[in-house]
Amino acid sequence: MSGRRLRSLAARALFALLLLVIVAYTVFPFFWAIVSSLKSGSALFSAELFPADPAWGNYAAVFRDRPFGRNILNSVVVAGSVVAVSLALGASAAFALGRVAFRGRGVMLAAILAVSMFPQVAVLSGLFELIRWLGLYNNLLSLVFSYLIFTLPFTVWVLTTFMREMPRELEEAAMIDGATPWVVLTRIFLPLMGPALATTGLLAFIAAWNEFLFALTFTLTDEMRTVPVAIALISGSSAFELPWGRIMAASVIVTVPLLVLVLVFQRRIVAGLMAGAVKG
Amino acid sequence: MVAPAARGLSALALERRRAAWLFLVPMVVTVLLVAGWPLARTIWFSLTDARLDDTAAPAFIGLENYAWLIQDPDWWNAVRNTVSFAIVSVSLETLLGLVIALALNERMRGRGLLRAAMLIPWAIPTVVSAQMWGWMLHDQVGVVNEALLALGVIARPLAFTADPDLALWAVVAVDVWKTTPFMALLILAALQLLPGEIYEAAEIDGLGPVGRFFRLTLPLIRPALMVAVIFRALDALRVFDLMYVLTGNSAATASMSVYARQHLVDFQDVGFGSAAATGLFLVIAAATVLLVTLGRVRLGAAEDGR
Repeated sequence: MSGRRLRSLAARALFALLLLVIVAYTVFPFFWAIVSSLKSGSALFSAELFPADPAWGNYAAVFRDRPFGRNILNSVVVAGSVVAVSLALGASAAFALGRVAFRGRGVMLAAILAVSMFPQVAVLSGLFELIRWLGLYNNLLSLVFSYLIFTLPFTVWVLTTFMREMPRELEEAAMIDGATPWVVLTRIFLPLMGPALATTGLLAFIAAWNEFLFALTFTLTDEMRTVPVAIALISGSSAFELPWGRIMAASVIVTVPLLVLVLVFQRRIVAGLMAGAVKG
Repeated sequence: MVAPAARGLSALALERRRAAWLFLVPMVVTVLLVAGWPLARTIWFSLTDARLDDTAAPAFIGLENYAWLIQDPDWWNAVRNTVSFAIVSVSLETLLGLVIALALNERMRGRGLLRAAMLIPWAIPTVVSAQMWGWMLHDQVGVVNEALLALGVIARPLAFTADPDLALWAVVAVDVWKTTPFMALLILAALQLLPGEIYEAAEIDGLGPVGRFFRLTLPLIRPALMVAVIFRALDALRVFDLMYVLTGNSAATASMSVYARQHLVDFQDVGFGSAAATGLFLVIAAATVLLVTLGRVRLGAAEDGR
């Protein structure tokens, strides 16, 4: 009897240990980034877990030595505009795809899913030509335009699944009263879909905020860079002396607001990702 | 009273169908403009000698770029890197994701908090993850080297990102860290949809925990798991930022995307770079067909299933 209890105790201890390892594994790297961002000079090269005297110099330096404030603003403007355009076009398309049975609907949904899996590099030269022709090279509009390639299919797909769950009776009642599809969409469905729109928008925002390849290729000057490119291109006085403290400070600055958003909306995010068929 | 209303609805249904296309047009036009047209141009460029620094009209040269491409050992190296990266990282992510999901599926206090912790790596931008790990894997003062030295696992610091034998696995490690928790959350969501009764029945039938996992849980979550694996695999095949930030254009880790962009932008060779990009596109298309067939997943089924 006591052998069995001992065994169950051991199993529970092992399970607790497993959970501890999982949490340490997921949380430690970011914790280490915060710790490193607070160390300066030679303290950076010591492996102490908590900095003896935290220094904010790295944070000040990021804004002083480079246009990092401008980079953040660029990212906010680009991601915000992409989300607005995607939601507007996506909600309208999702209404058709989710509420109306028409021929070719399955094919169109499959095509949209296929576009969301496009390797971005495969459209790079064609987009580059188009962007130069439009005169948008080294302009934030080029990013708003090109990011639609991944945010729009994603938005359409997720909003379509949400649109399907709207009660049929609402729509029928409105249509008997003579409401046009446009009125049904804008006056009845969209107000009810607030949470779904917020979730989808947030996921699209994160995707746009994190994008790197297009931002690296379609912008040229430091003032036009978005945050990921700015962080990737931080360099020191020589190639061998990367200013790690500053890189970590910049990383923490752009990650904290994202983490707060994600943690506040965590339940909805998981639901939205499920609906979006796992777009990372 | 019923008849006119029904007739009215069917007339409305026709009008709805017409309206549906109007609602779709803006989205379809935009997708064609940002995806369809550039893809077609890329494929066209791959058949020409177009260069970034030359504004003259490019000349059609047939499949010459592709002939060069299949002779380039660097291209095959990039293909090998990309495929190994995708296979190893997705396998690890699936296995670890399953373990974590099963652990989080147990009833316990603080589960919400644990689930929140899982979202942290997913929310961190890829570039930031790459920089964070680049610092942790630093060849002289990185915390990973310090820890391994202190534990006596290694005798001298390892150059994780510079050593050609290690660099690709360093990239895999970062991807596994960033994506496993996400995989775990998706699997967890599938697990929580499973009905409890079948487990009670299985317990009565004397099925142990291992038997329950392989005979019940795994078959039941297989559809959701396969969809997750397919999407992750397609995502892994187009990987770019991790390699670019962690190891630069180094040939030891260059993925197909890195290779294509290097030729396209750094070497200004639009024709050849486009051929490589088209090659990647074909590889991903082939992988999609292969995975969907092997996984016996009907992607269309997602439409009715969800």
